Amino acid sequence: MSFILRRLGAIIPTLFFVSVMIFGLQQLLPGDPAIAMAGEERDPNVVAYLRGKFHLDEPLHVRYGYWMKGVLAGDLGESVRIQRPVASLILEKLPVTLELAGLAMVIALVIGITAGIVSAVYKDTWVDYVANVFALWGLSTPNFWLGILLILLFAVKLGWLPASGYVSPFEDLGENLKSMILPAFVLGNALAAVLMRHTRSAMLQVLSSDYVRTARAKGLDERVVILRHALRNALVPVVTLTALQLGELLSGAVLTEQVFSIPGFGKLIVDAVFNRDYSVVQGVVLFTATAYIVLNLLADVAYVLINPRMRA
Amino acid sequence: MKKPFAAALAAALLAIPASAQTLRIGLAEDPDVLDPTLARTFVGRIVFAGLCDKLVDIDKDLKIVPQLATSWEWSGDQKSLTMKIRQGVTFHDGEKLDAAAVKFNIERHKTLQGSNRRGELAPVTSVDVVDPHTVKLNVSAPYAPLLAQLADRSGMMVSPKAAQAAGDKFSANPVCSGPFKFVERIAQGKITLERFPNYWNKAAIHFDKVTYEPVIDPTVRLANLKSGQLDFIERVNPSDMPALKGESKIKVAKAVEIGYQGITINIGKSDLSQKTALKDPRVREAFEASLDREAIVQVVMDGEAVKGNQWVAPTNPWYAKDQPVPKRDLNRAKALLREAGVTNPSFTLLTATTADAQRIAQVVQSMAKEAGFDIKIQVAEFSTTLNMADKGEYEAYVLAWSGRADPDGNIYNHLVCKQPLNYSGYCNADFDKAINEARMISDPAQRAKLFSQAASLEHRDRPIVYLYHRQWLWAHTNRLSGYRVIPDGLVRLQDMRIK
Repeated sequence: MSFILRRLGAIIPTLFFVSVMIFGLQQLLPGDPAIAMAGEERDPNVVAYLRGKFHLDEPLHVRYGYWMKGVLAGDLGESVRIQRPVASLILEKLPVTLELAGLAMVIALVIGITAGIVSAVYKDTWVDYVANVFALWGLSTPNFWLGILLILLFAVKLGWLPASGYVSPFEDLGENLKSMILPAFVLGNALAAVLMRHTRSAMLQVLSSDYVRTARAKGLDERVVILRHALRNALVPVVTLTALQLGELLSGAVLTEQVFSIPGFGKLIVDAVFNRDYSVVQGVVLFTATAYIVLNLLADVAYVLINPRMRA
Repeated sequence: MKKPFAAALAAALLAIPASAQTLRIGLAEDPDVLDPTLARTFVGRIVFAGLCDKLVDIDKDLKIVPQLATSWEWSGDQKSLTMKIRQGVTFHDGEKLDAAAVKFNIERHKTLQGSNRRGELAPVTSVDVVDPHTVKLNVSAPYAPLLAQLADRSGMMVSPKAAQAAGDKFSANPVCSGPFKFVERIAQGKITLERFPNYWNKAAIHFDKVTYEPVIDPTVRLANLKSGQLDFIERVNPSDMPALKGESKIKVAKAVEIGYQGITINIGKSDLSQKTALKDPRVREAFEASLDREAIVQVVMDGEAVKGNQWVAPTNPWYAKDQPVPKRDLNRAKALLREAGVTNPSFTLLTATTADAQRIAQVVQSMAKEAGFDIKIQVAEFSTTLNMADKGEYEAYVLAWSGRADPDGNIYNHLVCKQPLNYSGYCNADFDKAINEARMISDPAQRAKLFSQAASLEHRDRPIVYLYHRQWLWAHTNRLSGYRVIPDGLVRLQDMRIK
């Protein structure tokens, strides 16, 4: 219990440090935000108004104070560009990106693990070579390029899938999946390649181990040997890797959402940075950082619950 | 057996009312706030064209035509503009659009915090309601561009009741009087409008719904059109145009923009203007003479632009025809440099990271090199370049302007002494006098003469070297008809229909 309390106490200085970093880094963005926000006309009245509204004329620490005061009261501010509260934007966008990342993960697991098993079992045959070429291709293909090529093939040439855009699953689940499959594949593609390589090497190691030889010697069916005996053990490092890659997927979603015009979390922050929509940038980054810190805390707590030796 | 079935099917298809349709428009950017007073972006204006009617509109020749105002008249001393407001018009919430509503809106534009219309309407001192359908706008001094301002966001009318009730949350649910009313907006996603049944000009509207969807990547935008997910897209990539010629299912439309692309030169914005090689007018002249605008248009815009040398395109009614686009003259450029005593002048050309601007910088660099110029290119993100320009931390700067219907909107803020967008730091009393006079008179012929005078001064001093005027490139399904090509690049939904 005292451990958990101590860990909780450590969160506060961490969050404070993170918030200072977010605020400070944002100030390094070049260009006067008021001018960037004021539009093409850049009417001096509007520029002055925006400076006042966002306290841009005041010293850094005073501005930080204004921001923190709002954050502590649960107010992340409002987007200047579209006049919406930042918190509601985050809540609206997050599920979209989580769905995209989730689907991408499923695609990556299905393709990556299957290809990994097959190439390990058929090591040094043409099947293995094809799977390896696929993995190399997956790793080296830029997301946006693959995205555009797939759009041209599946939307323009074949007409099977929509070219871009997003339909909410609550509106139409079928259309939602149709609109998500291309971006999820593009996003999951690189991860599938990574998973394939790891599954393959883990499988090769396990397949050459003693207990697998014993299982085979017992005359077990080869399918049972591979799927029940070998795969289970081989999957341990793959599962760890998959968990680690989830964060990678979320950042990869930024580019994928841009290409496929999906109004998600990644697009929210990219557009906000380019439009110098400060409240949105600060709010989104603070939210993400807090989420990571809380997840880390939960992981630490879980370790302790599982392993009493760590309770020291 | 088959034939009657086919006939029945055809009949059933024909029976679907022509209006039960959605028009899906693909935008190149995500619009900002949907409040005409606060709005800043070009794409926002495309959405407003469906949502909010204006007092007046412009036609393809940039002439002012009636919309919510049916007629108008300047007073003898040019100090008030009396407008007759169309009868029987209501806002989307059922409120009446009358002279009092117009007064409310002009005052809202002028006083709302953060209003982007305040500058456009600055000369308007007061608004009088003469009778329920007549309104009088009083100006501090004659101001000819006022009507053109009223043909844009400054002339858009929102429901006073809704605006007062919503306060600064108006843009979440804008209430205007245009052909379509607001349904919903997914941030960074689709904006949906539905037909307003009481629209005053409803006979011209042939859709039940309109959606506007930002698809930033031009290739993906075009792919959406080709795959039938969008019916209309704006800003086609010039390099995609040749391939579209062979597409039977897609039609393209184009118009020369009212804005310009040019190179602004720092001739007085900061001390740097006194140190640069470009401070000598002969060097600036040599620089311009070294440029082949036709080649720039070909290389940078795949030919989808019109070369130009003024604040409006040669196709624009306000173009000073007595000052045509000069041809490239390398010998003259070299001779001028010799005369100025600098055969290898060097300067830095600032450009934003956008693809067009960078290509311009590269082409200009290699062209001017042939005359002896040594140009260094400095690339920075757009808002950073603006900041640098604002502080005068540059020598020359590749900068475009989207343009306004009245040429004053392309000149005044950019070239008159000490105006906010005058990044060049140009200050010429004769020039200012001509432009100020052109604001005071409404006779187009006299104004054109003044603009021509100003143009010749600009050509002598070269605060901006104008290069070309982009073509608006739209593409739409061949089933769509009735799109009116107007140089401001907006999508007016009246008379558009899908077969």
